[in-house]
Amino acid sequence: MPELANPTGWLPLIFMVVMGLGVLVYVVLDGYDLGVGILISLASEAEKDAMIASIGPFWDANETWLVLGIGVLLTAFPLAHGIVMGALYLPVAAMLLGLILRGVAFDFRFKAQDSHKPWWNRSFCAGSLLAALAQGYMLGLLVVGFERSARNMLFAACIGLGLAAGYCLLGAGWLLMKCDGDLQRRAVVWGRQALWLTALGIVGVSVATPLLNRQIFDKWFAVPNIFLLAPIPALTLILFIFAGVALRSLPSRFDRQSHGWDWVPFAATVAIFILAFHGLAYSLFPWIVPQRMDIWQAAAAPESLILILAGVIVVLPVNIAYTIFSYWVFRGKSRNLDYG
Amino acid sequence: MSAIVPDALIASRIQFAANITFHILFPAVSIGLAWMLMYFKFKFDRSTDAAWMDAYRFWVKVFALSFAIGVVSGVTMSFQFGTNWPGYMQTVGNIAGPLLAYEVLTAFFLEASFLGIMLFGAGRVSKRVHTLATFLVALGTTISAFWILALSSWMQTPVGFEMRGGRAHAISWPAILFSPSFPYRFTHMLLAAGLTTAFLVAGVSAWRWRLGDRRDDVRAALRSAVQLAALLIPLQIVVGDLHGLNTLDHQPAKVAAIEGLWETQRHAPAILFALPDEAAQTNRYEISIPGLASFYLKHSFNAEIHGVKEFPGAHPPVAPVFWAFRIMVGVGLLMLVVAWTALWQLRRRGEPGSLLCRVLVLMTFSGWLALAAGWYVTEIGRQPWLVYGVLRTANAVTDAPAGRVGLTLVMYLLLYAVLLVAFVSALFHMARKAGTSPQATTMNAVADPFRGDDKQSGVDNHA
Repeated sequence: MPELANPTGWLPLIFMVVMGLGVLVYVVLDGYDLGVGILISLASEAEKDAMIASIGPFWDANETWLVLGIGVLLTAFPLAHGIVMGALYLPVAAMLLGLILRGVAFDFRFKAQDSHKPWWNRSFCAGSLLAALAQGYMLGLLVVGFERSARNMLFAACIGLGLAAGYCLLGAGWLLMKCDGDLQRRAVVWGRQALWLTALGIVGVSVATPLLNRQIFDKWFAVPNIFLLAPIPALTLILFIFAGVALRSLPSRFDRQSHGWDWVPFAATVAIFILAFHGLAYSLFPWIVPQRMDIWQAAAAPESLILILAGVIVVLPVNIAYTIFSYWVFRGKSRNLDYG
Repeated sequence: MSAIVPDALIASRIQFAANITFHILFPAVSIGLAWMLMYFKFKFDRSTDAAWMDAYRFWVKVFALSFAIGVVSGVTMSFQFGTNWPGYMQTVGNIAGPLLAYEVLTAFFLEASFLGIMLFGAGRVSKRVHTLATFLVALGTTISAFWILALSSWMQTPVGFEMRGGRAHAISWPAILFSPSFPYRFTHMLLAAGLTTAFLVAGVSAWRWRLGDRRDDVRAALRSAVQLAALLIPLQIVVGDLHGLNTLDHQPAKVAAIEGLWETQRHAPAILFALPDEAAQTNRYEISIPGLASFYLKHSFNAEIHGVKEFPGAHPPVAPVFWAFRIMVGVGLLMLVVAWTALWQLRRRGEPGSLLCRVLVLMTFSGWLALAAGWYVTEIGRQPWLVYGVLRTANAVTDAPAGRVGLTLVMYLLLYAVLLVAFVSALFHMARKAGTSPQATTMNAVADPFRGDDKQSGVDNHA
């Protein structure tokens, strides 16, 4: 690690934080709309329209955070971008196929001939699932340093399933906030199933990661690290229980016309994602290509980073402000998506 | 890159070409249509003539569709830099990085965030905020074009940097941003976007007219599109010519390929038709006008023009550049004739005749053809360089196995073919539906911002 007082020392750290922020916000925001996309396979025709209406104004901006995350990797860490993307060639292609399919299906299903609509629905769902699985698979390969043994690929595939389950949980939580009536009740059922799968996924990843990667094992299970880090799994467990309790109590609350808790499962899931993200970030730091290239080795020249940083400082807060503005404009139940 | 696999190079080049060709079709429509929608909205606010609002309602759906396709195919591009061209960012990442980062920061978030309000927010925000959202989306598409054209121009005419340890380092950002070819390229592209949109709108409107759909909004859209086309095409021809002269200064090898001139010569001919033979380094079946190329390139019939043979190992393949240029110019001249004839006829008769309608329908996607051909001229014309004089394309390519690149290539080609067919078919489906249903507003439940009631739609899950 170079001298941190030096621009070549602190600039890469700042951009690692910006990249992390981009990826985390992406995972949460596009996570819920990918989740909704996966869940439409379980919904009736009318429900599909309502579910897609609930993500209509947002999905495009959500996906922009992926471009920010990948953009920082591309622009601030140009030496790593090629290595990471080369190592993930096929899963990246699969994810892009998924994102393209769902992105266009969203628009086509309203605009094309009625007889084509079921096909666009299928594309929307399959694309969402494919993107989620591919993202999890890539994360898994990153954790094991891109070594493609059968064991590692199985591990990566399991992360893919776990992440897809996590996205479904986010999606169900989103529908709880944005929809009501029967659809809201079905979202409770979906949420409860996804909650179990997500918990299973996180436990599996947390156990397998340190076993597969010696360095990560040492980082977590040394004294005093293990005591300092203990709050992460402990809080995650509490949040899971909290979300489970909330999901269990929601149907009876609906019976009483009480909707004060509709937001709880979504918020708890977001908190779980944030904690899991930090656990992973701690495991991987400071590597950008695990055990091969750290953030300082991969960074662009300081004069380029300074220029990007100026843009980030000036423009990113504005971007965040109008992202919030857009969510505020479309606040409340998505029934308000009538334009009269 | 240690191992250069020729097959992976070819496959990666075809893949990138397919990707960027498919991609550029949609941003071009988005840029042009965004400003056209602004114009419709402006006319409506000024005149309160419902025809303008109806035109807006129809075309905003086409905009949403092309914007979505533009976004998803653009995301693909940002990954392909790394998956297929790792040497690019490793060599010039210090220059390209900030430009791409600023595109994301200043354009993508702007357009993506306000798109939601533009498409779906009419009932939730004031009229003024909605117009502002439409304006910001249009502005975002144009800012995006600014950064991309700045980078693309720098790759053609790189300045303001120095090489240290095999990597480019910036010395002057203003010089990099406003590289010598930038003003021409940026203007040329924005005009191309306007023309692409004008002929798209005119073509689809003429098609509706032919079907017997002669409401005021069809008339208004058709008239606006024809006026726009008639205004832009002469400008485009002038800008294109200036761009060509700029290219002659900076990339004479490209101009030699465009002109199909193998030998350096005075009194160089303008070649109208030929089959350039790369192996024999000569043209077959050449039809040409002597001296004309010298005249329009250097304003003297006796001026010397460099031929392709002057640049051994550093000139582009001649035939594709030669032909792409002729297609672009041919379509441009056709646009001039059609646009001015149409304008004249609309002024004289007030409505288009049946032959004109037919021609306009045939010209619906002429902008796409000229756009793609023009990009081929400039991008293939830059070969064998990726960054002119700095980085060769072959040195930037991935060392991924050719089979893997071939697999994704097939996937992308199939996907793009399906999406292109789907876009065109949905476009005409929407046009037909807009014509047959008395209430055009019911055709799109979600994407129509001005729908008065949605009792019959499935969106309202409270019904």
